[in-house]
Amino acid sequence: MTLRADLHVTRGAFRLDLPLTVEPGEVVALLGPNGAGKTTALRALAGLLPVTSGDIRLDDAVWDRPPELFVPPENRAVGVVFQDYLLFNHLSALENVAFGPRARGLDRASARARARTWLDRVGLADHAGKRPRALSGGQAQRVALARALVTEPGLLLLDEPLAALDASNRLHVRSSLARHLAEYPGRTLLVTHDPLDAMVLADRIVIVEHGQVVQEGPPAEVARRPRTDYVAHLVGLNLYRGVASGTGVRLDDGGSFTVAEPATGAVHIAFSPTAVSLHRDVPEGSPRNAWPVTVADIEQHAHTVRVRLDGDPPVLADVTPAVIAELGLSPGARVWATVKATEAAVYPA
Amino acid sequence: MVRSLWVAALATLAVFPVACGSAAPADDQDGASGEVVVFAAASLTETFTELGRRFEEANPGTTVTFNFAGSSSLAKQIVEGAPVDVFASASPANMEQVTETDAVSGEPTVFVRNRLEIAVPAGNPGDVTGIADFADEDRTIALCAEEVPCGAAARKALDAAGVTAAPDTLERDVKAVLTKVELGEVDAALVYRTDVRAADDTVEGIAFPESERAVNDYPIATMAEAPNTEGARAFVDFVLSDAGRSVLTDAGFDGP
Amino acid sequence: MTAPSRVRRRTVRRGRLPVVLAVPALIGLAFLVVPLIGMLVQTPWSTLGDQLFSQEVGQALLLSLVCASLATVLCLVLGVPLAWLLARSDLPGRGVLRALVTVPLVLPPVVGGVALLLVLGRRGLIGEHLHEWFGVSLPFTTAGVVVAEAFVAMPFLVIAVEGALRGADSRFEEAAATLGASRWLTFRRVTLPSIAPGVVAGTVLCWARALGEFGATITFAGNFPGRTTTMPLAVYLALETDPGAAIVLSVVLLLVSVVVLVSLRDRWIGGTP
Repeated sequence: MTLRADLHVTRGAFRLDLPLTVEPGEVVALLGPNGAGKTTALRALAGLLPVTSGDIRLDDAVWDRPPELFVPPENRAVGVVFQDYLLFNHLSALENVAFGPRARGLDRASARARARTWLDRVGLADHAGKRPRALSGGQAQRVALARALVTEPGLLLLDEPLAALDASNRLHVRSSLARHLAEYPGRTLLVTHDPLDAMVLADRIVIVEHGQVVQEGPPAEVARRPRTDYVAHLVGLNLYRGVASGTGVRLDDGGSFTVAEPATGAVHIAFSPTAVSLHRDVPEGSPRNAWPVTVADIEQHAHTVRVRLDGDPPVLADVTPAVIAELGLSPGARVWATVKATEAAVYPA
Repeated sequence: MVRSLWVAALATLAVFPVACGSAAPADDQDGASGEVVVFAAASLTETFTELGRRFEEANPGTTVTFNFAGSSSLAKQIVEGAPVDVFASASPANMEQVTETDAVSGEPTVFVRNRLEIAVPAGNPGDVTGIADFADEDRTIALCAEEVPCGAAARKALDAAGVTAAPDTLERDVKAVLTKVELGEVDAALVYRTDVRAADDTVEGIAFPESERAVNDYPIATMAEAPNTEGARAFVDFVLSDAGRSVLTDAGFDGP
Repeated sequence: MTAPSRVRRRTVRRGRLPVVLAVPALIGLAFLVVPLIGMLVQTPWSTLGDQLFSQEVGQALLLSLVCASLATVLCLVLGVPLAWLLARSDLPGRGVLRALVTVPLVLPPVVGGVALLLVLGRRGLIGEHLHEWFGVSLPFTTAGVVVAEAFVAMPFLVIAVEGALRGADSRFEEAAATLGASRWLTFRRVTLPSIAPGVVAGTVLCWARALGEFGATITFAGNFPGRTTTMPLAVYLALETDPGAAIVLSVVLLLVSVVVLVSLRDRWIGGTP
């Protein structure tokens, strides 16, 4: 009862290799930068793009297995919420939702009744007669969700479902989407470039870069232990690679680091920018990592100030405005950075 | 800016002599010279092209420029002021449209007559034997529309024969009728004898006695405002000469 | 070249049509409208009523409207799928096909009529068999008029619809497919409604072109009152003997087509510009 896919798609110089399984009731987020191949994967699963090699199976049904078999999208038990929803503008919200059941052979009255139930479920019973243009972004997204789910597909595909919304709506729509996904018994694949969407909505995150899977795991794991610079950047951590022997780690890009947990071999070290302290002089007599750095850039965030520092290794530090004033920091200033060994997570590379 | 004005001026100068060419004074020489513009009925296309060639040979220094079209549209163009030296019409009625406006110098002369003939596709698939077959509903028949000369002539011939024709199409000119015969789309049609003669072997002609009663007169005239009076007169004289006549009669026209 | 004009005048007001556009635009408008005005000025209006209600004109007018409408229906039935094929399929040699479709646009209509005769005439490639097996002969029939008009008018429809299809967002068709719609259902329920304005525009152009068709019609279908004499043919023949009547007939055709187009426009496009 699982979606098992081994997607290989070659388009020109681009190549996507993505093994993927999604269990019933599970929400998997495909997270990655633009051009990583996320949408290609979604289109392949939906049947809008045949895979070059590999296969796609849902339960016992084979959807795509070149060269002998390709099931077109209309014959796959799949529901898709597209990035800008793609609601049919000449149809009302109700007719949009009823479109799938009608297309799959239900008579008009039953299709409308089903559509009405679903509009009710997403809280839009009052907007059934409205055209998509008359709906707000959040409402349109819910109509799109109802339209995708009304046929009770075995696989739900969401393509950047929150990207078209403005920030004020996003929070609310995200939580309502989470609720609906929790109720949905099928398999969900969510494609997004927003780590927050992935963290909130997904049970498991698969991170793709340049068509390859670079990391996979539960959100908490990914958030704590990023494995690539891209993921580290997404979750806002400093990340280094190095070779450990005991509590000493020699970093690949220069410098060394002392950690609390002894390890051996290739490791990743990750710590938050808030774990970094800045000092005018070299601090003494504490179990800290300390190294000289130069201020490259200072950026004001909501309550903190992010300081980008060059050194061995370069590092991001989040400090209070008071620290900036106290140390008189400006680009070019030379200071010392310190990180407690216990603040850094160490895990095998 | 200045440069483009120069270009325009030069272009104008270059065009000017050409535009006035036909108005240039004739040579002292007895014969004609310069360009002679002749508007002639479409049915004269082959013969007049030949006559023009011979005229140019006989009168070195002349060029004959033809405009072949339906007589009525030619008449219209002349009335609207087209610069013409000679007009040869396929019907007196169209010539009259021109004489009415005093555009003609002197009286028009009838130079040939043309009679109708039954045209059938090669092999005569419709088994047409005479004008009486034109009343047969089952045969596909083409005639000229009565608004054009060949249609008026056909009407006269059919009336003379006492036949009520059952045409399937009334074509806009005789060439269109002939095309239908050539393509085998119709079983029979009435066209001029010269047209049958000029057509290749895809068309066969069948003469019929009543054609005697519907003979078309072709008048020719020089224009009062002819840019090249000498040339116009010389060309008409050439058409009326024995040499000219023989070209026309060889093509199937009757003498006047 | 002489005095460099460093200081540019900045008095040009925004929102105004630049002269470079306005002047040719007005000349263009005049170019299209003045001949019509000329015709209206020359019209012997007193005879308009008699002409309009005379039997021949009524017959020709009715035939014109019926044939142009039937030809338009034929063009829609064949042309919309053809436009879809050109816009959406990955057929090899689509560029060549597209060029072929536009051939009737550049072909003199009379030549088009001859071409139709050579194919559909009594001795034509296909017409021969039609005649032999079914006893059907298109030349000199009202059906022949419809065929000739459709031949000449269809490119207008195909080009308009193809343009609309290419401008339409094909992702909506993908969305329909993921909802279980077959390609045919998708075409009917999603594609067609989204290109409706293009189809309407193409239909109007097609109908107008069919209504004014002369060359291919007279060549292929001939000219016989009540059967194949449409208004343009009647106008042409009237020109031979009675230019005044020809002008009146033209004005009648003009008025009727304007009335039809304006009412269609209000009905189908809701009067939007």
